[in-house]
Amino acid sequence: MIEVRNLTKHYGDKHAVNNISFTVEDGEILGFLGPNGAGKSTTMNMLTGYISSTSGQALINGVDILEDPIKAKSYIGYLPELPPLYVDMTVKSYLNYVYDLKKCKLPRRAHLNEVMALTKVSDVADRLIKNLSKGYRQRVGLAQALIGNPPVLILDEPTVGMDPRQIQEILSLIKKLGKNHSVILSSHILSEIQATCDRIIIINKGVVAAHDTTDNLSKNISTDHRVIARIEGPREEIIKAIRNIEGIKYVRADMEREAGVYEYEIEAAPDQDIRRDLFDIVTEHHWYLLGLRSAELTLEDVFLKITMGEGIIVPSAEDKKGAKA
Amino acid sequence: MGAIYRREVGAFFTSSIAYIFLCVFWLISGFFFVQSCLYYATTDMSGMFQSLFLVIVILIPLLTMRLFSEEKKQKTEQGLLTAPVSLGGIVMGKYFAALTLYTIGLLMTFVYAMILSAYGVVEWGIVFANFLALFLMGGAFIAVGLLISALTENQIAAAVASFVVLMLLFMLDNIAALIPVQWISTALGYLSFRNRYYAITYGLFNVSTVLFYVSVAAIFNYLTVRVFERRRWS
Repeated sequence: MIEVRNLTKHYGDKHAVNNISFTVEDGEILGFLGPNGAGKSTTMNMLTGYISSTSGQALINGVDILEDPIKAKSYIGYLPELPPLYVDMTVKSYLNYVYDLKKCKLPRRAHLNEVMALTKVSDVADRLIKNLSKGYRQRVGLAQALIGNPPVLILDEPTVGMDPRQIQEILSLIKKLGKNHSVILSSHILSEIQATCDRIIIINKGVVAAHDTTDNLSKNISTDHRVIARIEGPREEIIKAIRNIEGIKYVRADMEREAGVYEYEIEAAPDQDIRRDLFDIVTEHHWYLLGLRSAELTLEDVFLKITMGEGIIVPSAEDKKGAKA
Repeated sequence: MGAIYRREVGAFFTSSIAYIFLCVFWLISGFFFVQSCLYYATTDMSGMFQSLFLVIVILIPLLTMRLFSEEKKQKTEQGLLTAPVSLGGIVMGKYFAALTLYTIGLLMTFVYAMILSAYGVVEWGIVFANFLALFLMGGAFIAVGLLISALTENQIAAAVASFVVLMLLFMLDNIAALIPVQWISTALGYLSFRNRYYAITYGLFNVSTVLFYVSVAAIFNYLTVRVFERRRWS
């Protein structure tokens, strides 16, 4: 379990991280999102005791990382942005070293073999780390974090440099580990976070810009009812006809997708379902409806919306409840 | 600390620094042995031990240069500092790894003494005292080199800076002699590494010398720990 209370880090008068609070329960995976330089790695470095916080508190399994660093660190498996690998060691001797470094008590051979099998590095166990590809190095880094079976895992962009199949494997491994560990996972790749994490924190400019479950986050921002329709037919007439539907707020033709086929972005009044009306109009004029989809915001859109420009702060479901009460 | 110690000793050999250090140390000490003992057909080894002072000033930076600078450069430092080990444990692990290799090098002086014992009577007490002096002084110098290695991420910079600092310590008496202010000159004289060392090579051994070298090693290792603590809090 990880508890973070008002964690702050200043470098001089620059606020790298400002007043961040969150909790990760056992058996939960928290996604950490944010553009480069937003403070993700700084936060993780504070949680793992690599750097100290200016103020605030980070508790790992109830132990303050600054008060009893050695005990707190023993609960953490950490994969930093750049895995801390000694490149002139073999994978096996490196993992043995980490085993000793962490003063691990589990049966050595069985445990190391288990970790290597989980992270799929058994077949390179006797190779020098400097001869491994980026994807393999990343997996050795993950193996290193798993040694000693720590209850808390902090993984800073664990899938960097992997091919799509390896990413799938590692994410499903993390998901499996998330059932009985507290996991913090940071990534730039939103689909990864969406597929793996229970909750998401978006950090922007050192503050928490959004904090919610994956589903709520996209719902929260996309309040308006919008669809995107792909229709074959004369553009001006179509726009005019759609405008005549009751409750339409906005319609716009997008680029030409095929010859004579445009995509139309249509926004109706909230809570109004215009899909049937749209269908009627199209058939009435003998146009063809080639595609229709809801323009609900993806996590990608949410991310961009939050982190672009000045950045907005999305209240979480809990905050809203609190406000109502 | 044990894990770090074992890894560092291994790394000395995989990075071939161990071989270079041992070869050069044995080569140069062998030369002085031939020159000052065999050539003059004497079992008095003090001449050789005196020459070794300068040799270790030159060679110790080779041992300490990459101990911390390389960790920083390869970003492995983060793994070390987030592992459940104390900063003191990290510093001591590295310190003793370098000290071990240094001691392996020094053991060669006993081989020289044994060669001499085949031809005449060796004063073993003096040989042991000299060995101990060289060991203690090297121990102090390694701590100095380790601190400098923690301050940079460039091995060569660490080596050159350590060499300069050790050289200054070596020349402390010459510097002291040049300073006209009496009390500064006296104070620097008290800190002399060379006088204490040469005293032992002549057979004068006392506890304060041991304490001097051991406390220099302790102070510099403590400063290294402080460097990491400060970096964490900056």
